[in-house]
Amino acid sequence: MNLVWAWLADPAHWQGTGGIPARIAEHLLYSALVLVLAAAVAVPLGLWIGHTGRGRVVVVNVVNGMRSVPTLGLLYVSVLVLAPRLRGDWAFLTPAIIVLFLLAMPPILAGAYAGVAEVDPGVRDAARGMGMSGLEVLWGVEIPCALPLIFSGLRSATLQVIATATVAASVSVGGLGRFLIDGLAARDYGQMAGGALLIGLVALAVDGVFALVQRVAVSPGLRPARPLKTHEAIPAS
Amino acid sequence: MITFDKVTKVYPDGTRAVDGLSLDLPTGKITVFVGPSGCGKTTSLRMINRMIEPTSGTIGIDGRPTSSLDPVTLRRGIGYVIQSGGLFAHRTVLENIATVPLLLGWGKAKAYGAARELIERMGLDASLTSKYPAQLSGGQQQRVGVARALAADPPVMLMDEPFSAVDPQVREQLQDEFLRLQAELGKTIVFVTHDIDEATKLGDQVAVLRVGGTLAQLAPPADLLADPVDDFVADFIGRDRGYRALAFVAAPALPIQPEATVELGATREQVAAVAAGAPWVLVVEDGAPVGWVAPERLGATVGRDDLHRGGTVARVGGSLRAALDAALSSPSRRGVLADDDGRLVGTVSATDVLTEIERDETGPPS
Ligand SMILES: Nc1ncnc2c1ncn2[C@@H]1O[C@H](COP(=O)(O)OP(=O)(O)OP(=O)(O)O)[C@@H](O)[C@H]1O
Ligand SMILES: [Mg+2]
Repeated sequence: MNLVWAWLADPAHWQGTGGIPARIAEHLLYSALVLVLAAAVAVPLGLWIGHTGRGRVVVVNVVNGMRSVPTLGLLYVSVLVLAPRLRGDWAFLTPAIIVLFLLAMPPILAGAYAGVAEVDPGVRDAARGMGMSGLEVLWGVEIPCALPLIFSGLRSATLQVIATATVAASVSVGGLGRFLIDGLAARDYGQMAGGALLIGLVALAVDGVFALVQRVAVSPGLRPARPLKTHEAIPAS
Repeated sequence: MITFDKVTKVYPDGTRAVDGLSLDLPTGKITVFVGPSGCGKTTSLRMINRMIEPTSGTIGIDGRPTSSLDPVTLRRGIGYVIQSGGLFAHRTVLENIATVPLLLGWGKAKAYGAARELIERMGLDASLTSKYPAQLSGGQQQRVGVARALAADPPVMLMDEPFSAVDPQVREQLQDEFLRLQAELGKTIVFVTHDIDEATKLGDQVAVLRVGGTLAQLAPPADLLADPVDDFVADFIGRDRGYRALAFVAAPALPIQPEATVELGATREQVAAVAAGAPWVLVVEDGAPVGWVAPERLGATVGRDDLHRGGTVARVGGSLRAALDAALSSPSRRGVLADDDGRLVGTVSATDVLTEIERDETGPPS
């Protein structure tokens, strides 16, 4: 504990390109990039599948399949395949982003899909019966009602990405993972534990921000929301 | 007027849900679709607003075939109430009710104004306005569902078992309110239920469907009870139909007897004097009958706890069923009759009511 404290309290560690603030910024940047990409694909896809009921089986299999892919193995494979074809930072960043993207997809997709699919059929029927068009039902009813589960999916993806972005460092990209890798190499346990602590704190802080946004975005009529269990699979039928 | 002309629905899996249905649903009246489970009531109802497309045949509203109208436009002009309520959990009561006006582009001020008016009209407490559906009781949710369907003042209302998810007491309240509202509004209403009592209570005409989706009988409730066309209809409307049919016969001038009464709070001696040996004495409060007391089981005075409240009170000029029920449910076997303001008029015996029923030469109503 003292080692951690000593490492954290050293002003030198808070400066420069390898300093804590810079690493946090890198970490957040990669994570945000990945999450925005994953959400941009998975949220519309999940909403569409939930709304139309089409392609559900494919999603179940894809989502569950992706979950069982080993992250590190995939990372090294994609580095081997991609690194020779790309230049500069991107050579290592791209594989990391791809891996994290694949990691973030399943929970977001599952949340968006389940959120819409679980809207009470009576509610959907009433909405259509009152003369809402398909898009009006989606925007006015299904998405607002799905928000709690959409948020659950996003939050669980975020936690996983922030925690796993650490591995990005193992292919010599920045982020808080560097402290773990460098600390291990230098047998500097204060640095290692400090880095781990920082990752945890960053994850908590980001989740807290999400919680606040969720409070504002989700109608009070939908609280308390059913939490999406982390390993919840999309029901197959 | 809504017209069904040889309407048939065969689902993709081959189920023939509705088969050659032809009938007219008059403007401003309540038509009830009733029949056993799976007889095609819901399918018939949902074909009117094109939630389901008929396989063949046409449905017309005021002479225009619905197939010629855009489904979304058509639906915005037809109120729609379903059993589960279907309220939007993420919207307040006010926002729920204003849904169709907002879809029609009335603007917020006008839409919410109309919604507020309906909240009042439906007998909902104004404090519910900003509540969410999850915070309402089942009965309140159904009222909001009906209010939401009425918000844009559509001439036609489709209601699929709107009251069957609430307990019997609330259901009866909702039915009474519904009839009161309809008396004011005069909508063309299509009402689906599997409960024959609800059908005869609410319907101006009742369409009995049989499994397979054919029309077994279309008749006003009194005629249906008095004269079922076949065994299926007779079976479906069930026992007690002779008694239930009396609900549609206005009581003629019954031989009403004056009844000696005591006021609530009278002393034991006063009651004994009025009773003059009779086992039951009627108690009134401000002229309104409140119950019967048995003199020999009385304390010092007549309190509310001493009242026998089993007897129903019939209205003078009400139905024969109500008068007979008042007599049969009364511990003294004398049925209590009151005027429209609830003040005691007198009593009538079951025998006298039966005599009137027998004297009615037409027999059961037809
Ligand atoms: N989408 C569908 N696909 C296939 N068959 C259906 C479908 N909807 C209804 N049916 C069948 O059509 C028949 C009529 O169904 P409908 O829902 O109209 O009955 P209902 O009279 O409303 O019954 P209930 O009183 O149980 O609500 C039933 O046999 C039902 O199983
Ligand atoms: Mg039905």
